[in-house]
This record gives sequence, structure tokens and C-alpha cells, in this order.
Amino acid sequence: MAHAFATPVAAPSELAIPVRELAPWLALGALFALTVLVLISSVQGAITIPEGTAIHEWVHDGRHLLGFPCH
Amino acid sequence: MTTRTFLVHGLLAGLLAGIAAFVVAYTVGEPQIDKAIALEEVAGAPASDGHDHTHADPSQDAAGHSHGDEAVVSRTTQSTLGLATGTLALGVVLGGFTGLLAAAGLGRLGGLRPAASTAVMALLAAVSFSVVPFLKYPATPPAVGSGETIDSRTAVYFGFLAVSVLGVLAAVAVARRAARRWTGVPGVLAGAATYVAVVAVAALAFPKIDELGSFPAGLLWDFRIASLLTLVALWAVIGAALTALVDRTWRQHSAAQARKELAASL
Repeated sequence: MAHAFATPVAAPSELAIPVRELAPWLALGALFALTVLVLISSVQGAITIPEGTAIHEWVHDGRHLLGFPCH
Repeated sequence: MTTRTFLVHGLLAGLLAGIAAFVVAYTVGEPQIDKAIALEEVAGAPASDGHDHTHADPSQDAAGHSHGDEAVVSRTTQSTLGLATGTLALGVVLGGFTGLLAAAGLGRLGGLRPAASTAVMALLAAVSFSVVPFLKYPATPPAVGSGETIDSRTAVYFGFLAVSVLGVLAAVAVARRAARRWTGVPGVLAGAATYVAVVAVAALAFPKIDELGSFPAGLLWDFRIASLLTLVALWAVIGAALTALVDRTWRQHSAAQARKELAASL
């Protein structure tokens, strides 16, 4: 093929990553993302674990400006 | 192009996005937060919104806290390091996960090339995770929202967010099925209709939250615009940076493949 450089080599569907390869990354990624989300958005606010207000106070402005329920 | 490539690109894009969100939040958002706290302190009387910000014993109730100078964390720290912690952590996590979503979308969204499918995944994530939840439950400044209702407000916020995210997953499934049966345009329309229907029903079913009291409308508007700009900055940088990085990797991948095929044909 003389035009090999001009045409895309692979059709997009050939690039698809198999689900069995993706699944563990997505599973751990989702769990980790949820953990950080809860820590940033709700710990010592709606969720009163751990006790105290230090984390709440530290991320206070972020909670308000990133749109999470706060007070 | 492996899952690892996408995750690394996503984490990098998320870090940049966290920085961008901090800059916007600090310059546009912090002045509104300061004004809201100033109002709250002038009002002084907690009875105005049924909410005591200067709790006598903070250890007894994590929901009660003070916004003034006597707070556990000073206002300066809250508006700089504290704010940066929030935007950077959320940026990296959302960027990384969007990278993984882009990996899942690769080659699965009709004939879209990697850059296009990545941009679509980032857009869907932004709309379903941030924009639509904001439209139903917009951000509120300090002095709005009672400590007693934080539990129920958080529950409905994340409940609605979950419906929105599940709705977009269903919409993508519908769109792919419809695109296979007909073509791309009806597929996209069917997907969009699915998402709008799910979210519209949920928006009607979920309770309304109104704890504004006599908070000034002008300041509320400014705060909400600032909050929306922060979220838009976050997602715009995630989407743009991730798409650019994925496209660059794909071009390198294609060039390498082309050289291999050329060599094989000689």
C-alpha cells in the first residue's frame, strides 16, 4: 500500500480494549474515586466520622465552591 | 494504546484541572464566600436560619462550626491550602477516572476516533456528574443551609447524582444499540432522549431544597456563577488535556503501525 501513511491504520473498533482488561481498572478506580469524593465532600459534615471538625474546616471552601452540600 | 496510557493521561489532565479550578475558585469564588461569611457574622443571631455556627462544644456535634477568625482552621488557610486540597484531590480523581472511561469508550462509540471518543466521554462525565446535579441542587454559600438538614441535603444530592450517572450509562447503551440498528444520528438522539427523560423524571421526583431565607439574591447569583465556573474550569481542562494527550498517543501509535505495515509490504 503506497498510501499507508495517509490512511488511518486501524479502524477505531479494532482499538477497543477488551472488557476483561478494563474491568479491574474501572473497579478499583471507582472505589478509589468514591473514597476521595466522600472524604472531600462529606466527612465530618453529613457523615460524622471521624469525630471533630478539622477535615471539614480544612476543605470547607472547596465543599461550597465545588457544589457539595455544606453549611 | 493500553488502559495504563489512558489512566496516566487522565491523572495528568486531572492535576492540571485541579490547578485551573483552584485559580478560578480563588479569584472568582473566594470574594463571594468572604461576603457571605461577613453577612453571617453581621447577622450574628443563629436563629435567623435556625443554625448555630458557633457551637459551644464542637466535639459533640461535627455539624456545628464557626466561620470566623476563631475557627479551627483560619480563613486564610481555608481559602488557600484548604481550597487547593479540595480542587486538586477532586481534579486528580475525576481526571484519572475519566481517563479510564475514555479507555472504555475507545473504539466503542461508533466510528469515532480516539480523540473524539475521549472528548465525548469527558463531556458526558461533566454533564452527568457536575452540570445536571448543579441545575437541580445548585451550590450554596456559607450562611445558607442548616446544619440540621446537612444529612438529608447530602442524601438527596448524591441520590440525584447517582440517578444522573446511571441515566447517562443507560443513555450510552441505548445510543449504541440504536446506532447499530439505524445510524449514528438517530443513535445519538435516542441516547440524549433517554438521558433527558431519566433526569427529568428524577428532578420532579426529588424534593426541592430551599433554605435561602433572606440571603441577598445578588450575592447568591454571584456565588453560584463562581461555583459553576469552578466546575466548568475543572471539566474543561480535564476534557481538553485528556483529549490532546490521547490524540498525541494515537498519532504516534498510528505512525508506528504504518511504518510496520510499510516494512512488511516491502
